[in-house]
Amino acid sequence: MKELWLTAKLDIVESLRARWFAIYCLVFGGLVALLFLFGLTESRVLGFIGLSRLLVTFIQLTMAILPIFVLITTVRSVAGDREAGVFEYLLSLPVGLAAWFWGKIVGRYLVIFLPVFAAMAGAVLWALVRGIEVPWGMFAYYTALLAAMGWCFLGIGMLISALARSTDVAQGMAFMVWLTLLLFLDLILLGVMIQEHVRPEVAVGIALANPLQVFRTAALALFDPQLIVLGPSAFVILDNFGATGYQFFAVLYPIAVGALCAGAGYLFFRRGDLP
Amino acid sequence: MIHFNNVSKTFKRNRVLDGIGLDIGLGERVALIGSNGAGKTTLIRCLLGEYTHDGEVAIEGVSPRTHRTQVLAAVGFVPQLPPPLKMPVGQLIGFAAALCHSDEQRIAALALRLGLDVERVRQQPFVKLSGGQKQKILIAIALGRDAKVLVMDEPAANLDPEARKIFFELLAERQHDTTMLISSHRLNEVAALVNRVVELDMGKVVLDDRVADDVSLSGLLDCRIRIKRADAAFDKALSAWDFRASPDGLEWTGEVAGPDRLRFLGMTSRYVALIADLSFSETEKVSPAETAA
Repeated sequence: MKELWLTAKLDIVESLRARWFAIYCLVFGGLVALLFLFGLTESRVLGFIGLSRLLVTFIQLTMAILPIFVLITTVRSVAGDREAGVFEYLLSLPVGLAAWFWGKIVGRYLVIFLPVFAAMAGAVLWALVRGIEVPWGMFAYYTALLAAMGWCFLGIGMLISALARSTDVAQGMAFMVWLTLLLFLDLILLGVMIQEHVRPEVAVGIALANPLQVFRTAALALFDPQLIVLGPSAFVILDNFGATGYQFFAVLYPIAVGALCAGAGYLFFRRGDLP
Repeated sequence: MIHFNNVSKTFKRNRVLDGIGLDIGLGERVALIGSNGAGKTTLIRCLLGEYTHDGEVAIEGVSPRTHRTQVLAAVGFVPQLPPPLKMPVGQLIGFAAALCHSDEQRIAALALRLGLDVERVRQQPFVKLSGGQKQKILIAIALGRDAKVLVMDEPAANLDPEARKIFFELLAERQHDTTMLISSHRLNEVAALVNRVVELDMGKVVLDDRVADDVSLSGLLDCRIRIKRADAAFDKALSAWDFRASPDGLEWTGEVAGPDRLRFLGMTSRYVALIADLSFSETEKVSPAETAA
């Protein structure tokens, strides 16, 4: 356990000094600042006003940015470290492979989750100072969604890093994964498939298997509990899960995907050449 | 101590190691030489448990791949190219010391002996240090624990003459209870450090020979050079070796570490037209470590 925490700490320190981390913090911190600056808390959309309006917008933007950011930075830094000889040296020290791999994941997870959470928490803090009402339930659920989303894409990123032998290949794979998930959102290919009369079970199955769509639907469900914007597929979701059931599914399923991918990544990492 | 039995490694269709069989005993200092692509780095990575391979690799009968922490706790490694770590030097030393059950102070003391004050660079990112400073830190980490095996890839390449002298002294202190594997492209870089030479070519051992072990790792040679005329470049080169000039600048004297004599002669060969006379004599002086032994 000591080795795991040492590795996690090492990864955190390395990340804090990396340029990508500065940009990452700037993007999410800047996002919240901009939303406040443009007076989003004073605007009203679909009955949403105040901080809940800001949080809805923030989670939608985060869903667009966070997955690709996490995927690319994870595979770049892990595959880059391998190429640059960092693995050759650090893995010559007496650290177990499990402690190394999972320690890296723990460290990286804290580094990607905390800035996004801090941005959201900062918004809540500011709202408290300004006397704006804070929707605590929404804040807690969005925190869980962000935590699940970060973990899911970190797991996928670590799997890609374990499979790819070079930074270029790893980046290419990460981009392809993101693009595929993006294409199968209801707005894009999935919509076209439904138009082309693909069987509803297939379309809904793809939607439920796609973590990006799961997040999107869960975020929509908070301000549109009947999922009217999704059309008939909402019936399938609500009939099978119920509104609360789907909220749990939207958090637990991505966590499971992330854990499975990270586990598979660890197996590949342990079996193959390390540097 | 170290046992390679029919070790082979293939990358895609490229066979980099081809049935390597070697036994290296305690206290042996082995030069692992060969041209680029000969398989030196691959063999070292197999020894460190970093590569999968066919055949068997064991240190004291235990596989470094399956018993990483147990085996690597007794192995100190100095890579040829320092890793581009962004973490501060203090953090790297702390991390290595914690994993190796060593003491940060011990590592810092070794770095100080090599001429690097860790306190002055503790907060600096490792990657921002000069090549020589990085090498000193990595050597201090490798030697700053109770390693039974030292694996070093061109360890003295970036060190200045004074640091190399100390480095040889440090190796001398460990030579009786440590097995050393020193990799280099050229034998003359490491010849004086070792008592056995293993040459690899196309992934096979093509030479495995004992070498005369007369050069003391911590011995010093008095050197005297007379030149025909003063020369600024020669002046600068010898000053780097801590040599002193006579008032007229035509006669230079200084000390050269025994294992460094080939490197020193390599340097002086650039000024061969300038040199009128050059002599070496073994000095009585030895390092404190040798005296203690």
